[in-house]
Parts: sequence; structure tokens; C-alpha cells
Amino acid sequence: MSVPELRATIVAPEEQETEVPQRGFVGQNVPRKEDKRLVQGQGVFFDDVKRHGMGYIHFVRSPYAHAKIVSVDVSQALELDGVYGTLTGDEVAILTDPFFELSTPPGAHIQDYALAVGRVRFVGEPVAAVVAASRELARDASELVEVEYEPLEVVVDGERALEEDAPVLHEEAGSNVVWSGSFDWGDYDAALEEADRVVRIERLHFHRFSSTPLECSGALVEYNRGTGQWTMHCNHQMPGIGAIWMAPSLRVGLDKLRFVTQDIGGAFGNKICLHPYFVACCLLARKLNRAVQWTEWRTDQHQANAHGNERTFLDIEVPVRADGTMLGFSVRAIDDCGAFPRYEPLGAIIWAQVTPGCYRWRNIRVDFTQVCTNKSPVSPNRGYSRMQHLWLTERIVDIVAQQLELDPVEVRKRNYVRSDEMPYETPNGCIYDSGDYARCLDIALELIGYDSLEEKRKEAESRRKLLGVGIGSTLDSGTNNFGQSQLVNPELQFSGNNEVATVKLDIFGEIVVTLGTVPQGQGHETTAAQVVCDILGCTPDDVNVRPGHDTYWNSHAGFSGTYASQFAVTGLGAVKGATEKLAAEMKKLGSVVLGCTPDDLELAGGTVRMRENAEAALPFMALGAILNANNAGLPEDLDVTLNCRYVYRPQFEVPDLERKFGNLTLTYATQIHACVVEVDRETGAYEIVDYAAVDDCGNRIHPQIVEGQVHGATAQALGAATHETFPYDEDGNLLTPNFYDYHVPHAMDMPPLKNGFIESPSPFSPLGAKGMGEGGGAGIHATCAAIQDALAPLGQPVVYDSCNPYNRVWELMRDPAASASLVTVESRDGSRS
Amino acid sequence: MPELVRVAVTVNGRAYERAVEPRLLLVHLLRDELGLTGTHVGCDTSTCGACTVRLDGETVKSCTIFAFGADGREVQTIEGLARDGDLHPLQRAFHEEHGLQCGYCTPGMIMAATAILERLPEPTDDEIREGLEGNLCRCTGYQNIVAAVRAAARMEARA
Repeated sequence: MSVPELRATIVAPEEQETEVPQRGFVGQNVPRKEDKRLVQGQGVFFDDVKRHGMGYIHFVRSPYAHAKIVSVDVSQALELDGVYGTLTGDEVAILTDPFFELSTPPGAHIQDYALAVGRVRFVGEPVAAVVAASRELARDASELVEVEYEPLEVVVDGERALEEDAPVLHEEAGSNVVWSGSFDWGDYDAALEEADRVVRIERLHFHRFSSTPLECSGALVEYNRGTGQWTMHCNHQMPGIGAIWMAPSLRVGLDKLRFVTQDIGGAFGNKICLHPYFVACCLLARKLNRAVQWTEWRTDQHQANAHGNERTFLDIEVPVRADGTMLGFSVRAIDDCGAFPRYEPLGAIIWAQVTPGCYRWRNIRVDFTQVCTNKSPVSPNRGYSRMQHLWLTERIVDIVAQQLELDPVEVRKRNYVRSDEMPYETPNGCIYDSGDYARCLDIALELIGYDSLEEKRKEAESRRKLLGVGIGSTLDSGTNNFGQSQLVNPELQFSGNNEVATVKLDIFGEIVVTLGTVPQGQGHETTAAQVVCDILGCTPDDVNVRPGHDTYWNSHAGFSGTYASQFAVTGLGAVKGATEKLAAEMKKLGSVVLGCTPDDLELAGGTVRMRENAEAALPFMALGAILNANNAGLPEDLDVTLNCRYVYRPQFEVPDLERKFGNLTLTYATQIHACVVEVDRETGAYEIVDYAAVDDCGNRIHPQIVEGQVHGATAQALGAATHETFPYDEDGNLLTPNFYDYHVPHAMDMPPLKNGFIESPSPFSPLGAKGMGEGGGAGIHATCAAIQDALAPLGQPVVYDSCNPYNRVWELMRDPAASASLVTVESRDGSRS
Repeated sequence: MPELVRVAVTVNGRAYERAVEPRLLLVHLLRDELGLTGTHVGCDTSTCGACTVRLDGETVKSCTIFAFGADGREVQTIEGLARDGDLHPLQRAFHEEHGLQCGYCTPGMIMAATAILERLPEPTDDEIREGLEGNLCRCTGYQNIVAAVRAAARMEARA
């Protein structure tokens, strides 16, 4: 749909007819339903599930980053008492087909199996698996598996991987390139002509890290020989896509894979690409005719599961007018996805949801190449792909402001998309639905006392500290149009999005809700109940939302899962639709019993009753009992089940593949963060001394949950900005394979956070809400900007990396010219600085 | 199979006796042998604190202790905090202040906080943060956890 068409579909708030009462439970901080079990240790996480006679899986993993597998000998392991069996790559190659690849060639030719076949490509890659009676024994036995390797040359750098003489990871692909493509929107050449200055940045680097959920990945897998079906008690966060990967590989139908989750100890995108491990588990459960459990070790999660995408930005060019108006930018991006693409190359397009960031930039040219290296594969990581790109847009703004001696606040306000332009169409056809970025920025600045900044600088200076302020502006684009996958591969048969819920009225009047989603702490049971009870005229306590996900509930669809900031739109959209269907059925049944029309009835106080006569009421229990257990005499044509399933489907078109143009996401939540740092003049050690996060996610269903998401996402961003990094040595060894070396924020590392909120309802979503869990990236941008601001008096060093531990800050201080030389400014009167 | 050792331990007031491998960790005794799965495992380096329990009143990370090390001693886990169906003030406060999201770190976090409040009935925010430094949370940014411990201290002061 075009913007005018979309505009025409928008109904002004005062004209909206809504089924949701204005003063209901939606919008209130109702007590979380999940908490009672979780605070008492009564949650059920996958590793809490055990079976009689089960076996424990331990993977034998590669100590080499790149090597040929000469031989694998499991005979000694099998001789150990208590060992149930093994699995090797040779067996996997016979029993399964490679997972399908999303990419066009060369990436399309990559062969990815559950275990390494013939060659290992990263340290920690599973080569074989051992199953034994205890986890300790399985670990012992894995030591007895003899693997002979022939080491190969290693490549750990994305740019090096592109060189002619670089070792090639996947010979069948013929190159380390997974995917490459160019994007050209607006008229970039004309923008260059029009510019008063052109700012050029040689290189910026967005580092590798991940959200490292505290619960590692895993599954207890049972195989039913009689039906040929597997049940996986697991923590996969996107079973719909997981099954689409696994079933063809295992050569079975989708329904042979039953995913069951209850509680999940955080996921953040890192539990989307578990299919290789799960296929190995399925093969072992079938081979050994025994329930098997794989529980990932922390070291394994760090080395071999899911990192966030690392991205290097080269030859950045920004045409600017003298007043600080930026006309766009061009960039060459090299994205390093590690040894296997898996969910990639979707990251090569997901960034395009936020092509111009928060800005009115109309002319943008991006040359994007994704490569394989001998490092852990990546997977979506909170803020997936947009975070890297938005870091670039924010670095552009702060570097341009620094070079042109402009105020970063003023430059932002000059370039921000304005609230009166909403809904705003970006140069590549995305529709920013609503928002007021400048107002969010004002609130953030007020929260950190921006007015008295100069006094604070002086006061800090008296303590030999350099004070700096930085702003991070982001958009959390939510509810994907999977049609964007066709922009990387036109052959892919994915588009749109969907989510499912069922709501039923049971025999004793209980309302039971099942979700297709797979929550990991986002409070879906609570917010779903809020939506249901407002429609049915009862309270959240009357609504039982089943925790977790089960394929057997039949309440899922192809895109079901919990990812990509969408529950408030897709999940609750499905809940709302199913509940409205149920409400209509309850009135229909009530009208038969009470001898009136459905329109004469309303739902209130846990009853269906006559609008004009509240005494004529049937409690929910009566409705449930009549239909389910006492239905003699009901009319033959009464089509009522009291068990309603609804598939929510946002309105999307397939993008224009020629122009690479179209709406890629439904909603855009806003985050504007402001960070104040104090840097020690001698050492480069710094502290975040004040921090404000302002969030606008439209109508908030549950403000406390929204605020909790903001806190958590911000903490992950501050961790990434300061310490969290996955660096490799030249041999491909990860240097931070555990929580000793990989320093995530502790309670003492986190500054108290100040929060502000505005609500710009989305005109496109069922409840005016927007997905909002992934906006924390603003914290990386804000911290980088604050450090650059603090160090400015020392010779204007440029923050060029997204991770700035103390040693890097010290280097920026020690040799400011080194980083400053990454940037040049060309004045269009011919001068260059 | 290695030789087994006998462990007699009282957990949440109930006596248990088991024959276990000498290398079995206390956390796995609790989880796998006794079925007390409220105590969690989040790392292999005793960094994350998800497995925090009280051992003879001391807070310990139960992944740092062999099961036989608890022989003849008393352990309290998250399952032993509520009394007669009433939540402990810390459990109530974590719920009310939204001090948990996924709930994976929560049992260890609450057990660590019980020790803070015993030592410091009116802790400052800094003291709370210091007391929880051995416990990692990836969901909350700690802000509401600190608020919850503060709120629990107020509840206990009133009680």
C-alpha cells in the first residue's frame, strides 16, 4: 500500500470503534501471572524435565578453527560402561539432508549439517556426540573419541576473507562470500552535487557480542517409534521456522516434530538457530530408542552457538549542507556471519527496515557483502541487524557534528523525521507509523539535566575527569514483513507475517488461552489476560493463559515465535481476534438460551446479560456447561464451539524486487537515550554517571513490563558498549569463552537508569501498541557519543568501534590523531581538511 | 563406574540420604537426585550465581561444592522460603516490583538477597548492589531487583 492509501485506512482516535473498553485492565500494571511459580522455583525450564532411563548427550567439539577431519573413532567411548551410543558426521551425512540455505549463490551452495561432515570450520563445532547414563560419564566418554584432524589455514577477519588468496571455508560455494548486493535509493549523485561539504569516514567497526542468556540452550528429546514422532522439551524461541529447517533435513513431515516449551531463561534471538543441535538430538533419540537430553555448557554457548553480526563499514560518505542538513550517505558494509549463514543472509536486508535511521535522509547508497569466517556462526541477537546499521547512522551524526562544529542536539533535531510527517515513507518504502523523536530527545535531555552541562563539565574537570554527553536515537522496528527475504533471494516463498491464539470457554466457565508465541520473560500470560478480560468483561484472574508453547495445541503458524519485537502487535492481535470471536459466540449462545438477539446482550461481570435488564444473566459457567455437557434441545443450526482460533495477519505486500522498495515492518517504536560519562584523564577508565532512556512504543499494555524491557535492553547495550566482546586470536580461538572473560554487567556496573515515556499510538496495529523489546542499542550509540564528546578537548579523537573498554579509550586519548585521521571533510569551495 | 559415596543432607528441613559419585556437584544433587529444580545452572565457572543456596546459613554457589561437602549439613533452597503457602517478603517484593522477567536468575538472586537482609536490615542501594555482585541477570538491568530488595527490607521492618 502507498502512503496515501495507508493514510486513508487510518481512523482518527476519536472515531475508532473499539471493542476494548476505555477503562479496562489494558494499560494497567496488573500483577504478573508468571511470577508466582518463578519466585518459588516452580518454573519448568527444559533441563528440569527428566525421563526414566534417559541419556545425557555430550558433543565432541573441534579444537581447530579450520581443519579437515581425517577420521573419527568412537570405539573406545562405546566400550565404557554406561555409554549408550554415539553419533558421527558420517552417519549424519547419510541420515539427513543439509539444511536449506536462504541465500542465492554462492551462499546457496553451502552445506550445513547437524555435525561437521569432512571438515571443521570453527572452534567448538560439534564433530561427534556421545550419550551416556550421566552427564559426567558422557563427558568422560567424549574424551575417548579419537578425531584426527589436518589443520587448514584460518581466516578470522571479514575483509581478509574477501581477498583472492584467502582460504575458502566452503569449497562448494567457491568463495567466502555468502551474499552481496547493492542498494541505491533517491538520487545520491545529485545529493553529492548539492552538498556544501562532504564528510568521509574511512572505517567504522561494529563488534561481535551476544546477549548470552543465562539459561544455555538445550532439549530433552523423545522419539515415539510407533508414530515416528519426536517431542522436544526445549527452549527454541521460533519453533515455526525451526521445524521448517529440521523436517526436510530429517526427511519427515512438519507434524513429526513437536516442540514443547514452558519457561525459558532468556533467549534474545540466540535461541533461534538451534536446529543443528536438535537434529543431532533427534537422530540419537531414534537410534538409541531412548529419551536424550542435551544441555549446552556455558563455554559451548560462547564458542559455538550464536553471536551477533559483526559489521565493518568502509568508505562512508556523507553529503551535508552548511546548516547541518544531511542529504543521505553512502557506505560499503562487510558483514561477518562466522562459519555458517543459518538465519543469514536475512541480516543483509533486515537493516533496511531502518535505512535512514531516525532521519529525513532521502539519498542512500549501500553496498553490502556478507562473508564467512572461521568463527562461531551468528544468529539474530536483540536489535538484530538494525542495531549495527543504527549505530552507523548515529556515528555519522556525531562525527559530522564534530567535524562541522555543530551541536549534536541541534543536528539531530534538524535531521529527525518530524511528528507532523507521520506516517513517513522512507526512501526505500518503509512506513514509519508514528512518533515524536524531538520530543523524546527533549525529555531525555531534561532527565540528565542538560541545561547545567557546562557547570558539570567544570566540576568534573576539577576532579581531573573529562565529562561527556552522548545521545543515541533508535527505532525498534517490529512485526516483520518476511517478504523482505525475497530482496535477498527472489526464489524464497516467504512473505507477510502471522500469529495465532485460541481462546475457549470451558465446561466450568474457565477461560483458557493458548498462544503461538514462545515467551522468555516478556510476560505474555499477563498481557494476553489483560486483553481477553477487557473484551469478555471479567478480570485477569478469571483468565488462564497456558504458559509456554506446545505444537500439539495447534495454536501456531509458520512465523510463530517470540522474536523481532512483535508480541504486542501479532501475539495480542491474535488474542484480540480470537477473543472477539468467542465473545460473539457467547452472545449467540446466550441469545438462544435467553430468547433474544445477540445484540440485546453484553458481556460483563463474568456473565452474558441483557443490556436492558442485568438480572437476566447467564454466568460463564452456565454457557460453558450448556454447550459442552448439557446441549440437548439446542437448535441444529447453532454454529458455536466456544473454542475460537484466530490467525492475525498484518497487511503487507511483497516488496518491489526491482526497486528494492516496500514496507518491511509494521511498527516503529522510538528510543532516545542520553548518556553522561566521566573519563579519568590519566587512565581512560570511565564511568557512566547519569543515564536516561526515553521510550515511545505507542499504547503500553502493561507499563511496568515495558519499563522492564527498557532496563534490560539498556543493560545489554551498556555491557556491549563497554566490555562485552567476542574477540578471536589469529588461530581462531575465542578469547572470552565464559563469564570470567566475557564480562557482562553486574549489579555494581549498572548506573541507576532514568526513564521517560510518551505514547504515540500506532495507527496500524490492533491495539495501537508497538513491539519494543529491542531498542536498547541506543545505549551503545549514546555511550560511544559520550566518550567522543568527553575526549574532544584532547584533540578530537573519533570513536570508531562500538566497543570501548578502558584500554581503547586510553588509546584514543594517547594518540587522538590516529582516529581523527579516519575522517576528512571536503568543502565544496574546493578546500579539504 | 566410579565408587559412590554416601551423603546425608537436610534440605529445607527434610533429611535425605543418597549414594553419589564423589565428583557430583551440590547443585546437581539438588536438581537431579532430589528433584529440587528451582536452583539453576547458568555457567561453568561459578560466576553467574543462578545456583546460590544457603549452606548452614552461608550463601554459597552450589556449583562450587561437591555434594559430599554438604554431608551432615543443612541446605536451604528457593523451594524452602515460602512458609505455609505465604511467600517470603523477598518473593513478594520481586513480584510486586517486577524484579524478574524470565525468572532464571531469580532463585539465586533471592537466596543471595536473604543473606543481605539478615546482615543489613536497612541496606542502601549501594549495599544491595554490592551484595548481589555475584549474581548475574541478563533481563532486568538490576534496577527492579534492587528496588525489590529495598521493598522487602521495608516489609520486614513493618512485620
